[in-house]
Amino acid sequence: MAKNLRKLPSGRWGIAIFILCLALFPLLTVNNPYYINVMVFVGINTIIVVGLNLLMGYAGQISLGHAAFYGIGAYCSGLLTAKYGCSPWLALPAAVALTASVAYLIGLPTLRLKGHYLAMATLGFGMVVYIVLRQLSWLTGDSSGLMGIPGISIGRFKLDTDLKYYFLVWTMAVGVLMLSRNIVNSRIGRALRAVEGSETAARTLGVDTARYKLQVFALSAAYAGLAGFLYAHFMGFIGPSTFGFKFSIELVTMVVVGGMASIWGSVLGAAFLTILPECLRVAEDYDIVIYGLLLMVVMIFMPKGLTRTTVDLLKSRWTASPVSQTNEE
Amino acid sequence: MTTYSQVVQYVITGITIGGIYALIALGFTIIYNTTGIINFAQGEFVMLGGMIAVSLATTGLPLLCAALLSVLLVTAVGLLFERLAIHPLKGASIITLIIITIGASIFLKGVAMLIWGKDAVRLPSFSGDKPFHILGATILPQHLWILGITLSVMLLLHLFFEYTILGKAMRASAANRLAATLVGINVRKMAMCSFALSAAIGAVAGIIISPVTFSSYDVGTMLGLKGFCAAIIGGLGSSPGAILGGFLLGILESLGAGFLSSSYKDATAFCILLTVLFLRPRGILGRP
Amino acid sequence: MFRLNKKLMWLFCLPVLLFVLISGCAKEKKVYKIGAIFAITGPASPLGTPERDTVKLLEDQINQAGGIDGHRLKVIIYDTAGDETKCRMAVKKLIYKDKVLAIIGPSRSGTTLAIIDEVQKAEIPLISCAASIKIVEPVKKWVFKTPQSDVLAVAKIIDYLKERNIDKIAIINVSNPYGISGKEQLDIQAPQAGIQVVAHEEFGQKDPDMTAQLTRIKGTDAQAVICWGTNPGPAIVARNMRQLGMQIPLIQSHGIANKKFIELAGEAAEGVVFPAGRLIVAEELPDSDPQKSLLLKYANDFQQKYGRSADTFGGHAWDALQLVVSALKKAGPDKAKIRDEIENTRNFIGTGGIFNFSPTEHNGLTKEAFVMVTIRDGNWRLLK
Repeated sequence: MAKNLRKLPSGRWGIAIFILCLALFPLLTVNNPYYINVMVFVGINTIIVVGLNLLMGYAGQISLGHAAFYGIGAYCSGLLTAKYGCSPWLALPAAVALTASVAYLIGLPTLRLKGHYLAMATLGFGMVVYIVLRQLSWLTGDSSGLMGIPGISIGRFKLDTDLKYYFLVWTMAVGVLMLSRNIVNSRIGRALRAVEGSETAARTLGVDTARYKLQVFALSAAYAGLAGFLYAHFMGFIGPSTFGFKFSIELVTMVVVGGMASIWGSVLGAAFLTILPECLRVAEDYDIVIYGLLLMVVMIFMPKGLTRTTVDLLKSRWTASPVSQTNEE
Repeated sequence: MTTYSQVVQYVITGITIGGIYALIALGFTIIYNTTGIINFAQGEFVMLGGMIAVSLATTGLPLLCAALLSVLLVTAVGLLFERLAIHPLKGASIITLIIITIGASIFLKGVAMLIWGKDAVRLPSFSGDKPFHILGATILPQHLWILGITLSVMLLLHLFFEYTILGKAMRASAANRLAATLVGINVRKMAMCSFALSAAIGAVAGIIISPVTFSSYDVGTMLGLKGFCAAIIGGLGSSPGAILGGFLLGILESLGAGFLSSSYKDATAFCILLTVLFLRPRGILGRP
Repeated sequence: MFRLNKKLMWLFCLPVLLFVLISGCAKEKKVYKIGAIFAITGPASPLGTPERDTVKLLEDQINQAGGIDGHRLKVIIYDTAGDETKCRMAVKKLIYKDKVLAIIGPSRSGTTLAIIDEVQKAEIPLISCAASIKIVEPVKKWVFKTPQSDVLAVAKIIDYLKERNIDKIAIINVSNPYGISGKEQLDIQAPQAGIQVVAHEEFGQKDPDMTAQLTRIKGTDAQAVICWGTNPGPAIVARNMRQLGMQIPLIQSHGIANKKFIELAGEAAEGVVFPAGRLIVAEELPDSDPQKSLLLKYANDFQQKYGRSADTFGGHAWDALQLVVSALKKAGPDKAKIRDEIENTRNFIGTGGIFNFSPTEHNGLTKEAFVMVTIRDGNWRLLK
């Protein structure tokens, strides 16, 4: 803890500035619902990516099926509210708990092994969940997806505009960011970094590596469940195609492009890859070519991701200056 | 139609599709062994093979020429990909390289869509479409071609790895990179060879299935995934495992579609994957 | 290394800058702006591409003819990639950034359902190019659609089956919303007509082989196979049936109404029967048919501009855009009035049929919008 004391204030400033920017954003864009809408999706993606980054960057495990947890969260909350008239605030803990426990069950047999077995298991799991969601029409009433998911209200205050929802999403996202930061700086975080560095060494020192990995996996799934909840009630309609393999891969890409083992990297990665396709709309048919090419170029020239490259850049400019500490890893 | 002949039909279908899965799985294995990378662009090699062959065949080139030229071109794409995107990154983490292959897959798919459009195209069958009957099941000549070519590719690969210097060098660098470097093998060159080789195998797979299942710009993703699945079931890193995994996956999938439910056919494949992972995490023939 | 990094920073900043810049420009006066969202890429792109091309063709034609009452028409087209999230963002951009008067599309039912709330809230007319009946049933104030619902296609097929005295059918459908919705409709309507469904099979959109499913059907006493899907699956079904030596008739859905099916299925396409809009058999229609001249013109124009034949999907976009344009002519640039005009449209001759909208009917077609078509000698032929 003592070691982190020096870092914490600057980190707190970082978060404060970040929150200020978020609060000012609607003003900057003249409250245009389109930009707000894009930022809502950035927020939702940030929540999943932060969790996935904890798993990939700190626990050293890849999940190729995180879209499935997103989907389970969305469908759980959507079905409970739209079909059974449940309040969204009751559906939220249900969605989060369900995704976390499903993740726990999937992780239990695979995380005890070394290597990327979790990646393969989650790949299979993700595909199975996607196919099951696709076949759900007897439950959802329509083969295209689930309709009529109600919006969220806090007491009598209805979150019926994009701006109100924007604040809800980002409040949750900032909460998730702070929680994750605390986890990273806590005993669990240190244990996790030990696991990532050398699992054998960590084990020798008495760290129950499998347990920690499992906990982080469940936590990251819970984040995805939360994001699914936010997505479902924002859209009002969910279809299976959102939760397929493609999105799982996009999420992994966001983590790596943003920077592994970096909380801020997750925000940056989610923002970059959510906004990029919107910018590429002008390119029409060429957009996916440019998208693929950019992805390759970013990884070739910045193999450690956007954040690390930025930090290195700052460091080389103000060598040995404490400013570079602002971006913790 | 009796149950017996139904089973025969399912198994024959399964073997044909399984052969394709096995070829793709082999492609994964070769690259994984020499570089540690899971190449998500493997399915795109299959797609490119089929699309290029169709394009060449429609210009009036004889089928055999079109096929060979297509394999060569795709091999060149594989080489180029390794040189431009994988090779320059010294010391990058494996996950970074995997993301690059994902980028390449999206890029290749996009380029294919621009060149060939979004519709499916078909290569003419190698020798007609007249089905014949075996044990109550019907089978197309093309199925025999698929099986025959798949088996010959496998045999050639085996000979290549066992009896040529290059093949032995690739095996050596897969077994132990440091030791291979010490005996004078250029490990990084081997990475290049592995990309070329698996691109070629992918192209062959793409060409031989095109007459039966058509080719389109987005056919690679699912085939790539199934091939990856097969590689894991057999044990990632093991060539016999890849072949076994491919055939097993093809046959079980076909039987599952026939006897259980065709709605969950793809789910069957991935459930098999999960079961294998839980029971035998290293795959059936995986190295411990 | 440092200099390189600086360049790279720019590389990262560039998209962000572009995003702000591009969205800031484009403001012309006296231009009527209409938004269009289609699945130009992704799995539904065979639908979205002809729709996009048709809209571009019409936009040119209308502007060459002097626009709408002297106002130039501008159609802003965005790609949804068939994805609900992307579609939602595109709609937001059209409504709040580009400030369009009406929106046509999207191509898929899922993407349409995902934006209905949004459109209703923003009070902007939407004419969807997707099939599902759920889009207009129950009626939503601001939402219309042009494609014939699969309910009508199924009704047409049931009529055909009854004529042929077929009372046992097998269904094989693609496992996407289009296929599943078709299957569900068949399951509802067939028993009502005394037709028994003896087998249900399904295949994936990119499945390479359907012999397993068809072998199962072969084991039943079905008298006809009904296949519900879009290319390339149905072509593989046709070829696999040929391979297995199945003699019973194959009836397909309107999802195969483009030349690709004939090309892919080859020999096996012969004798396939399916319901379709009149567009593909325009030449065979009697001269008294009110749609004939319009269909021939659209087919010719499309062929001339793009060098490939028009299909019914493009036709849906044709109908949608023309409906908006004719409403615009009468109502002027007022969203609410445009909506009212669309709802009041009667006897509108489109490519998909003759549309009669009303406050309770937002699709405006009957099953007469379909004709049964068969394939003979590699060409579409009107059946009877």
